[in-house]
Amino acid sequence: MIVDEAVLFENLNFSYPDGHIALRNVNLRIRDGEKVALVGPNGAGKSTLLLHFNGILMGDGRMRIYGNDLKNGNLRKIRSLVGLVFQNPDDQLFSPTVFEDVAFGPIYQGLSEDEVKKQVEQALESVHMKDYAQRVSYHLSIGEKKRISIATVLSMNPKILVLDEPSAGLDPRSRRSLIHLLSELPQTLIAATHDLALVRELLPRTIIMNGGKIIADGRTSDLLQNTTLLLENGLEPL
Amino acid sequence: MSIDPFRPARHSGSKPIHNLDARLKFIIALGFILTTSLAPQGAWAVYILLFSLAFSIALLSDVGIRHIYARAALALPFILAAFPLLFTVTGVPIFSFSIGSLSLTASWQGLERFISISFKSWISVQIAVLLATTTRLPDLLFAMRNLAIPQLIVAIIGLMWRYIFLMVEEANRLLRARLSRSGVTTQNSKKYGGSLTWRAKVAGNMAGNLLIRSLERSDRVYSAMLARGYDGEIRRFKNPPLTLQDWLILIGSIAVLVILLTLGLLLNS
Repeated sequence: MIVDEAVLFENLNFSYPDGHIALRNVNLRIRDGEKVALVGPNGAGKSTLLLHFNGILMGDGRMRIYGNDLKNGNLRKIRSLVGLVFQNPDDQLFSPTVFEDVAFGPIYQGLSEDEVKKQVEQALESVHMKDYAQRVSYHLSIGEKKRISIATVLSMNPKILVLDEPSAGLDPRSRRSLIHLLSELPQTLIAATHDLALVRELLPRTIIMNGGKIIADGRTSDLLQNTTLLLENGLEPL
Repeated sequence: MSIDPFRPARHSGSKPIHNLDARLKFIIALGFILTTSLAPQGAWAVYILLFSLAFSIALLSDVGIRHIYARAALALPFILAAFPLLFTVTGVPIFSFSIGSLSLTASWQGLERFISISFKSWISVQIAVLLATTTRLPDLLFAMRNLAIPQLIVAIIGLMWRYIFLMVEEANRLLRARLSRSGVTTQNSKKYGGSLTWRAKVAGNMAGNLLIRSLERSDRVYSAMLARGYDGEIRRFKNPPLTLQDWLILIGSIAVLVILLTLGLLLNS
């Protein structure tokens, strides 16, 4: 293992029970602290790949997260290392208040009441939503829900943040403030997105997926200039 | 019928029961259930004949005996509901006991009625499961409308079916989100999982959340249906008229059921 390896997927294949092949021979290595964009058309396998980062789905192949093999015995440990933020914040928030939602992870981890409160406070502070603790999650705007969703995983002190379509459905101001927020976070960041402007601004490495395969993996600045490659894979050059 | 979106109902091109007209299957299944319910108490010979018939259809359907009988366990609540009959029907006592001031006596007549009802429910559920497993729901709904079942009832069954999938999807999303945040800290000494009451509370909150979300989502789906002109009626190409073979099967099946019912009544008298 390379010392600073965060994620390793080797020869990863996955098909859904209905026979649809979603991932074909995916090979991926991400270093600690890297900021990676996962782009590609709808149905490329991005979301399926994201669900492999914390073992919600487990395909065939070698998978390792911070030196822990992705297998049944390790899942709880891996889930505290990987914070997965779903595309729709309504999926992420299932408790009556913001506090309870953000506290779910730390309470599950068995932290003491004081530690839980501290973690929740820190997490809410890092998404600039400290005053929202007692609000009802259900009644927030999408932009606010998105921030709270990120806080729900930050409270577990993950080493990797995995985001599915982080800017989808946000108005320009909320999007801008999300980009600003993500740029402040120190974790390894993997984001599946169609928002190439966000990619250019925030994520120095880009992986292009199509048909369940990795088509290209390289520096964002190089890939985004390759108009043919982008168009071939259902992306719109900036 | 299955509620796993990835495993649709077991349909196949060349199975005889699957290919029967849905109207036929609906009438015969209803007739079968009616005959079973009307068969008199303690007509064991008829019960066994009805059971053999259900078992033969299950074998013929090629759905898998295990699949049918696992689902036939749905009869259990009916059987439980019939259990008090053991003590409430008066007759020759088998045994008696008392709980506090309450004295209960089981009778042979009560036992006979309890076993009859259990057996009858079990056979009826088998036939209902067979009907549901070998017929696509849209075909079944359309058959019901063709047979003049009121539109409201058919619409309720159809919408219930449509919304079960929405609820399952919503529930799966919630469970996935919870699973993703169920991790252990790297300080391994901590006991993870939270207390039982806390977990129960989270589960309760999730159930409430699921209800609200399903309601809202079903509202949106309903609006979309209305926007496309939904008025409760299912519109499809007309079913072709029943063929001679269909009529023969229908008349033959009903004749068998009538004979079985008559046999039961005669045996009982």
